[in-house]
Amino acid sequence: MLANFVVPDLYPAAPELFLALMICVILLVDLFLGQAQRWITALLTVTTLLGCAAITYNTMDGQSVLTFSDMFIDDLLADFLKLMLYVSVIAVLVYSRDYLKARGLDRGEYYVLLLCATLGMMVMISAAHLLSVYIGLELLSLSLYALVAIDRDSPRATEAAMKYFVLGALASGLLLYGMSMIYGATATLQIGGIAQAIVAGSANKTVLVFGLVFLVSGIAFKLGAVPFHMWIPDVYHGAPTAITLFIGSAPKIAAFAMALRLLVYGLFPLAHHWQVMLMIMAVLSIGLGNLAAIAQTNIKRMLAYSAISHMGFMLLALMSGIVGGDPSYMIPAYSAAMYYVVAYVLMSLGSFGMVLLLSRAGYEAENLEDFKGLNRRSPWFAAVMMVLMFSMAGIPFFIGFFAKFSVLLMAVNAGYIVVAVIAVMFSLVGAFYYLRVVKLMYFDAPTDAAPIVAPLDMRVLLSANGIAVALFGIFPQAIMSLCAYALVRSM
Amino acid sequence: MSSQLLSLAIWLPIFGAFAVLATGSERRDAMRWLALVVAVAGFLVTLPLYAGFDRTQAGMQFVEQAPWIPGLNIHYLLGVDGISVLFILLNSFITVLVVLAGWTVIEEKQAQYMGAFLIMSGLMNGIFCALDAMLFYVFFEASLIPMYLIIGVWGGPKRVYAAFKFFLYTLLGSLLMLIALIYLYLASGGSFNLLEWHQVRLEMTPQILLFVAFLVAFAVKVPMWPVHTWLPDAHVEAPTGGSVVLAAIMLKLGAYGFVRFSLPIAPDASQYLAPLMITLSLIAVVYIGFVALVQTDMKKLVAYSSISHMGFVTLGFFIFNQLGVEGALVQMISHGFVSGAMFLCIGVMYDRMHSRNIADYGGVINTMPKFAALFLFFAMANSGLPATSGFVGEFMVILGAIKFNFWVGFAAATTLILGAAYTLWMVKRVAFGTVGNDHVRQLSDINSRELLVLGLLALAVLAMGIYPFPFTDVMHASVDNLLKHVAVSKL
Repeated sequence: MLANFVVPDLYPAAPELFLALMICVILLVDLFLGQAQRWITALLTVTTLLGCAAITYNTMDGQSVLTFSDMFIDDLLADFLKLMLYVSVIAVLVYSRDYLKARGLDRGEYYVLLLCATLGMMVMISAAHLLSVYIGLELLSLSLYALVAIDRDSPRATEAAMKYFVLGALASGLLLYGMSMIYGATATLQIGGIAQAIVAGSANKTVLVFGLVFLVSGIAFKLGAVPFHMWIPDVYHGAPTAITLFIGSAPKIAAFAMALRLLVYGLFPLAHHWQVMLMIMAVLSIGLGNLAAIAQTNIKRMLAYSAISHMGFMLLALMSGIVGGDPSYMIPAYSAAMYYVVAYVLMSLGSFGMVLLLSRAGYEAENLEDFKGLNRRSPWFAAVMMVLMFSMAGIPFFIGFFAKFSVLLMAVNAGYIVVAVIAVMFSLVGAFYYLRVVKLMYFDAPTDAAPIVAPLDMRVLLSANGIAVALFGIFPQAIMSLCAYALVRSM
Repeated sequence: MSSQLLSLAIWLPIFGAFAVLATGSERRDAMRWLALVVAVAGFLVTLPLYAGFDRTQAGMQFVEQAPWIPGLNIHYLLGVDGISVLFILLNSFITVLVVLAGWTVIEEKQAQYMGAFLIMSGLMNGIFCALDAMLFYVFFEASLIPMYLIIGVWGGPKRVYAAFKFFLYTLLGSLLMLIALIYLYLASGGSFNLLEWHQVRLEMTPQILLFVAFLVAFAVKVPMWPVHTWLPDAHVEAPTGGSVVLAAIMLKLGAYGFVRFSLPIAPDASQYLAPLMITLSLIAVVYIGFVALVQTDMKKLVAYSSISHMGFVTLGFFIFNQLGVEGALVQMISHGFVSGAMFLCIGVMYDRMHSRNIADYGGVINTMPKFAALFLFFAMANSGLPATSGFVGEFMVILGAIKFNFWVGFAAATTLILGAAYTLWMVKRVAFGTVGNDHVRQLSDINSRELLVLGLLALAVLAMGIYPFPFTDVMHASVDNLLKHVAVSKL
């Protein structure tokens, strides 16, 4: 039996293997640590991620390499997205440490689950096979379900976890069902093979399109696009804020990668079908997300609805790549989408980081009211939050503006002027609730005079986050061209 | 000659503002002197622009170019012609006065107040000299942020409502303009260069659509009837400095947009829609003039008078003759001085009485003779008395309008009566007569700082009224060129 076993080329998957190994190490080491030495686990976790980053960076050669029987791909796109992933997970760790400690949630499971989720996302990003997409997705989702429920005694968190689990399982089912249909039509699970089979014309079109619909539903669930968005507000609201911070940032990168791998790499010959689906979801997401966010009094819910609308914007670019069968705008359109995701993750990290900054032991600063008068309590962090809010609203000179702009540019380029006008009109609606946060911070008197205490590393990183949002807004070229370059070399 | 002057005019106030913010309100004296030094320096660097301006040339001067976002062919492209150069001077000059006017009356967060005005000054200089459409747009929208904060933080009782209304109204217009800019980018084959856009040939339908998109953006800003309703609210609630900048500079941005975008990019649509624009302008001049007559709040009265005067400006642009356009430009600058002065006068009274109601005053001349003299002088200028700057622009536009069509000119000329009626009637009720009440009896006359501010403006108004040649001389070649350009069809 073993004679048939070929050792796969492990080199392209080096970061994943390293991370898997370190997860086991951390799991073991943590057993021997008391609560007082938990910082060792935290330090190990950050070191592991830095190690992954070093490996990814050093093995980055710009080649697209397939391994594990063509199930796993290592290309520049994957490397770039993974590096973004490490950055955001490290930010999550730094922002949440104090919050978790104050609530007794700073346990070994948190770090291990977080790393498992990260591993899942890395597999999703590098997936070249429907099975690896699914395995990565499940590893991520199962870790997230557990993370949401990590505060065992909170009924709200448990409810959120249940809801997330039930809906997530349903979405996974849809995705699997779609995958099975596509397998039925093309007789392959390898993403590149699927595209070849469709181009060759050997696939049954009806089954294929049926499968596509289920696949798109699964992707939309992960992205949180309308009408598969129902879990987003409840989970964002119910989960401990530190977990919300995680769910609201890094998984968006993975979901984007999944959408790109499945729809563009695998199913681009069906673009005219899925682009219409994405358009409907994009318009609905932008509309509903922005309208519903206005009514929220809880900032986590507000940011949840804002996430829905942002993902809608990202879909605008994803649907504009292939214009009437002409693939020449694929690179700029998908790099606009990628840029949007990167920008959104930066903004989302910062905003939830601000919510964590204002929370203290026994006190959740999750209502909008808690931001009242922040300018008098801490002018600097009020300014950081203002930058983040204006950036999310798409006001220059911040990164969110150029993200929106490049997406709109591609949408108009593909001929969707009406869709673009609808999108900007809803972002006008969206500006209202971001402005309201600024209003609370600057125009109102504080109701809470407690000084803002946070560890130095969090202050520094949060400030850097705010500055990055402003700086990459003034000099957007750097990330834009990185996105475009990664895509050029990977397509 | 140094060609970095325009960059200096933009970035000196902005970086100066950061220095002011860093100094902080605690070190009040150092902070406000620093703010004054920055403002004066900002004004001084604009003087060589006027001195070194070649009056015989119609094209752009002091051009600076550097790539900004090469991926999208967006450049940091600056330059001024005879139309824009004066506004940079006006803006920098008004900023000095605003800093002086806020010297003692702003007690809360004074560093942020000064900082916001300096940043806004830099951004508005950017708007006037940006020759790349994206650069223009970025400055145009970014300037909303400081104004939003100024109204909301230091404004009156209904400041929150006014700040939101101001922001959302203006954003509505600029978002539509963004789509128009993207359309033009694609139509021009991938360029955001404004001067290249002036040469792009366009069919009538896109021209009209573009014109309408620009109209929404700029009409809100001017503001033209019927999208003017944000202005009285914003003026009444804004602190004195905010009203001054709003009236003197921000309103000019809209009118400037017409000259820079609408007319040269869509000349055929401009000609075709000119009757509409003339009608809207006349409604603003006549109807809003009557509205101003019945106001009981001084700031509201001057706000409506601003709308009426700005109606003159748009009228001047759309009658397409040299007198009209030059008159409109002169009117814009004159209105910058006069309306700024009117708001400063009201601010002087408000600081002492904390009321803007006309009924609360009466006989101010008995207790504040110096002030009343200046107030009367500016009121005369506001109603267009010969030998003041208010007369020159209005007279030129009326002459131009009569050339165009007698009845249009006739309707426009009614403003001379209406303007005199509402302004002088207000002065009569506020300043003349016997002392109205005990509060007025206890008023103290203006101090030397206030005298300096108002005196400088009075000098400017008088100089421009008696000898307008230095102003019209600068703009002559550029206006001539613009009219020639507009006369050529792009179909």
